[in-house]
Amino acid sequence: MTGAADPMQGDGNTVSTEFEAVIGMEVHVELNTRSKVFCGCSTNFHAPPNTNVCPVCLGMPGVLPVLNRRAVERSVAAGIALGCTISRWSKMDRKNYFYPDLAKNYQISQYDLPLSHDGVLEVDVVSPGSQTPSASKRIRIRRAHLEEDTARNTHALPGGCSGVDFNRSGVPLLEIVTEPDIQNADEAYSYLISLRQLLLYLGISDCNMEEGSLRAEANISLRRPGATELGVKTEVKNVASFTGAYRAIEYEIARQRQVLLDGGTVVQETRGWDADRGVTVAQRTKESAHDYRYFPEPDLVPIVVDAAWETEIRSGLPELPKARRERFATALGLSSYDATVLTATRAIADYFEAVVAAGAPAKPAANWIMGDLQAVLSERDLEPSDAALPAAHLAAMITLIETGKISGKIAKDLLPELVDTKRPPEALVEEKGLAQISDAGALRELVRKAVADNPGPAQDVRNGKTKAVGFLVGQVMKASKGKANPKVINELLQEELTSE
Amino acid sequence: MSRDWFGCTAHEISDALRSGAVTAREVAQSCLDRIDAVDGRVQAYVEVWRDEALRQADAADARIQAGTAGPLTGVPVSLKDVLCTQTGATTCCSRILEGYRSPFDATVVRRLQEAGAVFLGKVNMDEFAMGSTTENSARQVTRNPWDLERVPGGSSGGSAASVAADETAISIGSDTGGSIRQPAAFCGCVGMKPTYGRVSRYGLVAFASSLDQIGPLAKDVRDCATTLNVICGRDPHDSTSADVPVPDFTEALTGDVGDLRIGLPRECFTEDLSDVVRGPVIQAARTLEDRGATLVDVDLPLLRYAVATYYIICTAEASANLARFDGVRYGYRDPDAKNVQDMYVLSKSRGFGPEVQRRIVLGTYVLSSGYYDAYYLKAQRVRRLIRDDYARAFASCDAILMPVTPSPAYRLGEMLDDPLQMYLADIYTIGVNLAGLPAISVPCGKSSAGLPIGMQLVGKAFDEATILRAAHAYELHAGIALGRPALAG
Amino acid sequence: MKEIARSDVEYVAALAQLKLDDAAADRLVGELGEILAYMDLLNELDTEGVEPMMHALEVTNVYRDDVTAPSLPREAALQNAPRTDGAYFLVPRILDQE
Repeated sequence: MTGAADPMQGDGNTVSTEFEAVIGMEVHVELNTRSKVFCGCSTNFHAPPNTNVCPVCLGMPGVLPVLNRRAVERSVAAGIALGCTISRWSKMDRKNYFYPDLAKNYQISQYDLPLSHDGVLEVDVVSPGSQTPSASKRIRIRRAHLEEDTARNTHALPGGCSGVDFNRSGVPLLEIVTEPDIQNADEAYSYLISLRQLLLYLGISDCNMEEGSLRAEANISLRRPGATELGVKTEVKNVASFTGAYRAIEYEIARQRQVLLDGGTVVQETRGWDADRGVTVAQRTKESAHDYRYFPEPDLVPIVVDAAWETEIRSGLPELPKARRERFATALGLSSYDATVLTATRAIADYFEAVVAAGAPAKPAANWIMGDLQAVLSERDLEPSDAALPAAHLAAMITLIETGKISGKIAKDLLPELVDTKRPPEALVEEKGLAQISDAGALRELVRKAVADNPGPAQDVRNGKTKAVGFLVGQVMKASKGKANPKVINELLQEELTSE
Repeated sequence: MSRDWFGCTAHEISDALRSGAVTAREVAQSCLDRIDAVDGRVQAYVEVWRDEALRQADAADARIQAGTAGPLTGVPVSLKDVLCTQTGATTCCSRILEGYRSPFDATVVRRLQEAGAVFLGKVNMDEFAMGSTTENSARQVTRNPWDLERVPGGSSGGSAASVAADETAISIGSDTGGSIRQPAAFCGCVGMKPTYGRVSRYGLVAFASSLDQIGPLAKDVRDCATTLNVICGRDPHDSTSADVPVPDFTEALTGDVGDLRIGLPRECFTEDLSDVVRGPVIQAARTLEDRGATLVDVDLPLLRYAVATYYIICTAEASANLARFDGVRYGYRDPDAKNVQDMYVLSKSRGFGPEVQRRIVLGTYVLSSGYYDAYYLKAQRVRRLIRDDYARAFASCDAILMPVTPSPAYRLGEMLDDPLQMYLADIYTIGVNLAGLPAISVPCGKSSAGLPIGMQLVGKAFDEATILRAAHAYELHAGIALGRPALAG
Repeated sequence: MKEIARSDVEYVAALAQLKLDDAAADRLVGELGEILAYMDLLNELDTEGVEPMMHALEVTNVYRDDVTAPSLPREAALQNAPRTDGAYFLVPRILDQE
């Protein structure tokens, strides 16, 4: 930290009175192919160190890369989903720099001809504190290109050494770069949320930030509102979560602002986010680090994605979050909020649709999934899925309620058991005798008893205080162990108390 | 045993093996004895695989007995030390790879093994195939068997010397800018660079990936054809290996050139060419003409730009290819290294020889910020013009005949102090690599000092058959006998 | 093109992680100067509009299927390592941690 007093006093989202922030994001995601991008080693890099390695991903003398077709197809799928133009002709390049985690001391990447470019992601702007969208933002995607991941260095080894594990070396990486369209930490945070949602829908990456399968960097600069030239930027790295990215960006905007207010100049550098201290720290700048000497990879041939191949990839895409959200709202009549929640992940949306397909009306299905089921499942650390509760069972339960076979109250009580036993609700209702009692003859005795036992409230009702009806209904419900049909009780009570 | 099997061609050995006149073990032993007798002076081998060779020979004998032998079964082969082998070390004759054991065999090595070839060992080369004399080897100085005070050429100097000194029937070399053809010419043997993409480069330690190609050095054209039959073909481990059908190249060896038009590039026969080379090369063209071929003049106006283009592209690619030798996963790590930076700098500076360092610096320079367009990109554009140049020439001929080298073999040490002069001597061989074409170097005479002279036939892409046919016809009808190097102690 | 200076050679050598002693640097300045001057020959050629040639072979779209193949046994992966603890490739402590 340079001498600035306390840059954290500013709120990153409100500097715009003096400066506006200009932010571009670079996100690396590991594509979940089975094998690495240039060799047949497994992409499971959590295996014991240096066990998923071969001469190719170790960069041994004499080896050659051969490109994994699925890595290309998944990259193109992401490009299409991001509304990018897919390059008809692209190629791989060598990016030259030395680091112990880089097997060949060049990274096979893409320089001037990325697989896709010029797309846009529409983002609902939320913040870590509130997931209710405050606005919508179009963030332009500059490019998305394919490259290979590096090995991992371990620094905590005895003997003052660092260790290198090449299991991750050669795992396919997609780098997605935005235009500097992002203006504050909320937008950056929301971009990451939306991007992850999209990639998870596509099923092309685990997008697990803690495990490093999604890594985000932000290029941040400030300028006076209305200025056309960009200010000096810093690159913020080492964020391990979305809220970490939010905090790092907020901090860095405030820090740069303070530097500028103090009459200083921002130094172009890479800064690492220190989550424990809540600050960004300048990382040692590598000498001549930016002369990467890119040149076309002679060991790999050009990639030509013609219209037919692009169409084939496009036709294999699932329905994307935005389209699905709109369909849930228009075709299924869900509220905008419900549609958003139920399309948050492809899994929950698929589950919701399966429940509806199994015969449940959309609105109660949505309520049960977002409400009681979510609560029951989260206690058990489960996500809504067929494995947690078969969609057919939930649909059957909702049908039992809709047809008056069981009460909502009974259903709610029954839900944990449905989840735990995986038994069909009809069978459980039958076995436990939980079916709702709607027969007036069977209930009249209970109603009379409730009136007799509670003369005060009964008199209130006769005197027109209809509020007391609820109490009497509750008494009957209690006496019936929740099985009585409240509608029938109500009717019987009316008869009993007005017929005298 | 009545014959010196070590001096025989592969097809002579193969015939004798099948007729039962000799066993593969006897042939291998004969070569091993020959190596013992002469290699102390020639210094071609950096590693001799005695036990392995005899084991492979026994396996070859079993195949011959079983009737499953192919034309290379039981044939002795030496391997340039740039090819990855699980047997022995793979060092590229560099200190930085001293003792390196490859965990896999190069595809060509595997194919030869499957064909039943008997590997005698690894042979010397210029470090990482960078050089034209084999003097850049960190291991030893290989001598030209025809004159032990002269170089065998390079970078496949050990390959050429081992064939010329009858220490093997066939050697496998690599050719990035003439590294097979030039030493073949200097040592009086036949050397062939196939079309780029014909032979898998998997397991060839890369010098310049877009130029490197593996090929055979042998005692005659037929042996080259036979070896190509084994080593050519698509390999899923090499994205640049071509999916083009491989014909039986020996079927092209008809002896007939009556239908061929042989192009003679005017630019190759200027005053820059020494008379000692010009004479035999022109004579070779006349020989083919006598057999019915038509000689036509062609132009290669861009020939004079080939050296500059080549040395930009090959050093640029090499600067990246050699970056991996950093002392982390394999190879030399300087014991003085206390931090990562030192590990890189000391290991490389002490592990690489001067020519390799020179080329890495040059290649880094031409790719560096501010110079990329002026050098590397410019060279890539000129490379296309050079390729087009050859395509134009081939519109009026079926093969191009030209010298291999401007002069016969140099004296030891003669070229060491002037890198540019050494580079310029590659003028006739490197255009072929830039254009990706096949070319063969065939002995066509000797200088008055008794040094072999080679001539070169260049073919259209994937048309090795035509140049093999012409080279074979020339060999049949030239009526020249180089004889054998005396190798007097 | 401009003449190569000693600082150029030193810059480029540093990029390539090579350390040249004074004599070697001096010699390289001379040699590279001569070689680069020779390469200026290419400026005689008008290459306007000429597509750079990256490959000798005009082939596109060569891929492998996304199937796994056996990896090396760890001992084989580490067998050439200058330093190893049997699990990792060991290097001097990396200070400049990204």
